[in-house]
Amino acid sequence: MIHFLLLFSRQGKLRLQKWFTPLSELEKKKVIRDMTLMVLARPPRTSNFLQWRDLKIVYKRYASLYFCTGLEEKDNELLALEMIHRYVELLDKYFGNVCELDIIFNFEKAYFILDEFLMCGEILETSKFAVGGSVEEADTLQETMEEYMSKPAY
Amino acid sequence: MSPSVPLQEMIRAIRSARTQCEERGVIQRECAAIRAQFRQSDNGGRSHNLAKLLYVHMLGYPAHFGQMECVRMIASPRYSEKRVGYLGAMMLLDEKQDASLLITNSIKNDLSHSNQYVQSLALCTLACMGSAEMCRDLAPEIDRLLQSSNSYIKKKAALCAVHIVRKVQDLGELFVPAARSLLSEKNHGVLHGAVVLITQLCERNPETLKRFRKTVPDLVQIMKGLIISGYSPEHDVSGISDPFLQVRILRLLRILGRNSESASDAMNDLLAQVATNTDSTKTVGNAVLYETVLTVLDIKSESGLRVLAVNILGRFLLNSDRNIRYIAMTSLQKIVGTDHNAVQRHRGTIVDCLKDQDASVKRRALELSLALVSASNIRSMIKELLLFLSSCPPELKAQATSGIFIAAERYAPSKRWHIDTILHVLTTAGGDVRDETVPNLIHLITSASELHCYTVHKLYRALLTDISQQSLVQVACWCIGEYGDLLLKGECQETEPVQVSEDDVLDALETVLQSHMSSSATRGFALTATMKLSTRITDNVDRIRSIVSIYGSCIDVELQQRAVEYNALFKKYDHMRAAVLERMPLIEKNNSGNANGEPLQQSPAAQTLPIITSSSAGGDLLDLLGGLEPTPGPVTPGFDGHCEQQSDSSLAVTLTATNASQSDISGFTLQAAVPKSVQLNMNAPSRDSLPAQGAAQLTQLVMLNNPNKVGVTHDNTQSCHLKMIAYGKNVAIFCELFFGLIHLV
Repeated sequence: MIHFLLLFSRQGKLRLQKWFTPLSELEKKKVIRDMTLMVLARPPRTSNFLQWRDLKIVYKRYASLYFCTGLEEKDNELLALEMIHRYVELLDKYFGNVCELDIIFNFEKAYFILDEFLMCGEILETSKFAVGGSVEEADTLQETMEEYMSKPAY
Repeated sequence: MSPSVPLQEMIRAIRSARTQCEERGVIQRECAAIRAQFRQSDNGGRSHNLAKLLYVHMLGYPAHFGQMECVRMIASPRYSEKRVGYLGAMMLLDEKQDASLLITNSIKNDLSHSNQYVQSLALCTLACMGSAEMCRDLAPEIDRLLQSSNSYIKKKAALCAVHIVRKVQDLGELFVPAARSLLSEKNHGVLHGAVVLITQLCERNPETLKRFRKTVPDLVQIMKGLIISGYSPEHDVSGISDPFLQVRILRLLRILGRNSESASDAMNDLLAQVATNTDSTKTVGNAVLYETVLTVLDIKSESGLRVLAVNILGRFLLNSDRNIRYIAMTSLQKIVGTDHNAVQRHRGTIVDCLKDQDASVKRRALELSLALVSASNIRSMIKELLLFLSSCPPELKAQATSGIFIAAERYAPSKRWHIDTILHVLTTAGGDVRDETVPNLIHLITSASELHCYTVHKLYRALLTDISQQSLVQVACWCIGEYGDLLLKGECQETEPVQVSEDDVLDALETVLQSHMSSSATRGFALTATMKLSTRITDNVDRIRSIVSIYGSCIDVELQQRAVEYNALFKKYDHMRAAVLERMPLIEKNNSGNANGEPLQQSPAAQTLPIITSSSAGGDLLDLLGGLEPTPGPVTPGFDGHCEQQSDSSLAVTLTATNASQSDISGFTLQAAVPKSVQLNMNAPSRDSLPAQGAAQLTQLVMLNNPNKVGVTHDNTQSCHLKMIAYGKNVAIFCELFFGLIHLV
């Protein structure tokens, strides 16, 4: 199971955080600090895997964003790289040529997509189209409900 | 979906703040506005406000006042508000907060909502932050959803069940039937969820594991379907059909096949097929191959398959992708104990990885190299490791030096090679070696009597070049003190002779004494060495006398004490000086105190062990006492110890002393010192003199009690140093007693 998924920029600003284990605010801050320090210090052309406490850390850089996850001992690191890549593809499909600004200004959508793709630290849906489809349907539901709700009731 | 305009405006305002202070100001204003809005009753912009708060929370600012708002929004009938409310709950609430209990009811209602997206929100939130009570409460509901006809809900319910099983293990039983039936689903999402759920159930309960072993044929069938199926655009990743599902199935097969011949047989063919047919040009193919290899190595596979798996790992080692090399080494590390020969074949590649740029790869290569050292390859391996040590990153130095020492000790082909290797390590990385290295090396040198000349020459040269490495300097001083006469003689077969005068030697020692780089212990070594030379050189004894008297007023208490004692040796006890400073006899090694600290596995019942005089870390203290006997060989009474464990925390030691020498020992008294946590009770000895040649024996009973069990380690050993000094003819014996596991040394 993955323990957390963090997205941060090259300056160390956090763009998304998803925790799959219960941690206190203080512990979360510590993890974020450690991850940003460790990952940003890695020179280019090194392997994408690190060891931190008892977790395996897998990170990948896409343009200006670092995607960083923490895995348990028995998890497959190469698959985690594929998982990160799949998430990026999903974001790309949804936003159309996604960039960091999209994630900054529409962070709640990034979370909704993540919640359709991962749950409990495990992959929920392995089909590329199903995830995007569900999120779009949910969006439509939101709009129609909004429209419905904003009509004055006589 | 239309973006939330108020949210985006706020984000823009925050980002345009030029300093941290300005940003804080903007955020404070916004938070105040949000708080005011929360206090108002229902208005249209609630979801926007909560979204703003969540953004502020992500930047690291406190947002706990939003928790109640989350609870309210989750209860709202509007989908947009529910969505953001649940997101807020997942970000701001966790099971430790009290407010999380308040959403239990909302979740329960939403789980049976007519709209599947509302149900999915509830499932997702429960799986994210559900506490044990909530899980217990809602488990039957989840089980019902697992059997619904909607695949979308089924897959989410499966993972929610995984969370429940993690939180409350007993509820696993509830989900077993549903999990079993889910395996016949066609939908990949549901199938994946089912496999994850079954994995969790099997990992936690061995009974369930046995029951699920029957599903191995079904799983094999599903895998085969995935491998040979045609191209499916929605699941395909670079030519592999649904690698995520494949890997999970392989992992489940691993758990089911472990320790079971029949299950392992059933999956043999499949694993061979996957191992040979998977395309390994891309990462995704290698991910599946990696999982296959792990499975093959963990189950009871046939030898052909194992060889295939290790060969795949060997291929990974040669892969240009660093990630693949890294995981290959991690896997090889796991099997180096069991399939040692197979891994040995790849030794060359592993040793090459020591030179890789990447620190993670280097670390793995180091661990693996140390595991692969054996008697046949010791010379070449140590050469490579020493080369590595010179360019090694600092965080790996300690591990590398201790690994080299252990390997050298175990497989050294000759004493000279061993000494050379240790000296090489000390010159390269002397600052990172462990403390026991110095006494170990000293012991090694004394035992290689034919190499004394060579060693002292080598160490003297090393001392002249560099006095910053403390361990090296300490050993060098000790050797020069002991074997200074060999150094001065100047002739040596094994190395080129060099003319060393007495002044040169004393200069070297004085440099060490005066250098600010020398630690207190090192200076102690140097002072003692200088003193020892007073019996080994002829001309410059006065110089030594003056050095020693200067240090009589040194600030360092230890040095001062030594200098004063040596001074006394010059003045009052000059007749004893030659005897005191004689050549050290061969010290026998205290095996139990070695690097790994593994005590000999012996039962705590009555034991007899031979006595060996031990070398403690204060080598020079032993100098002084060891040389006290006026006769060439020490006259030691033989000691035997019988230990009986009286209870969990006390030990009765019966010591029997015999005297095998020619002369009587009279006035026998036993003194014992134990750590503060141990209580000592000594009964009177049966007699107080030992006649010669074993004519009579002496027994004494000592009771050791450790009521607070201080210092008992996990395997119930406690080392308790029992120093016994028997005064007969000024003979000192140091013994150590291990509590629980006996080791009378």
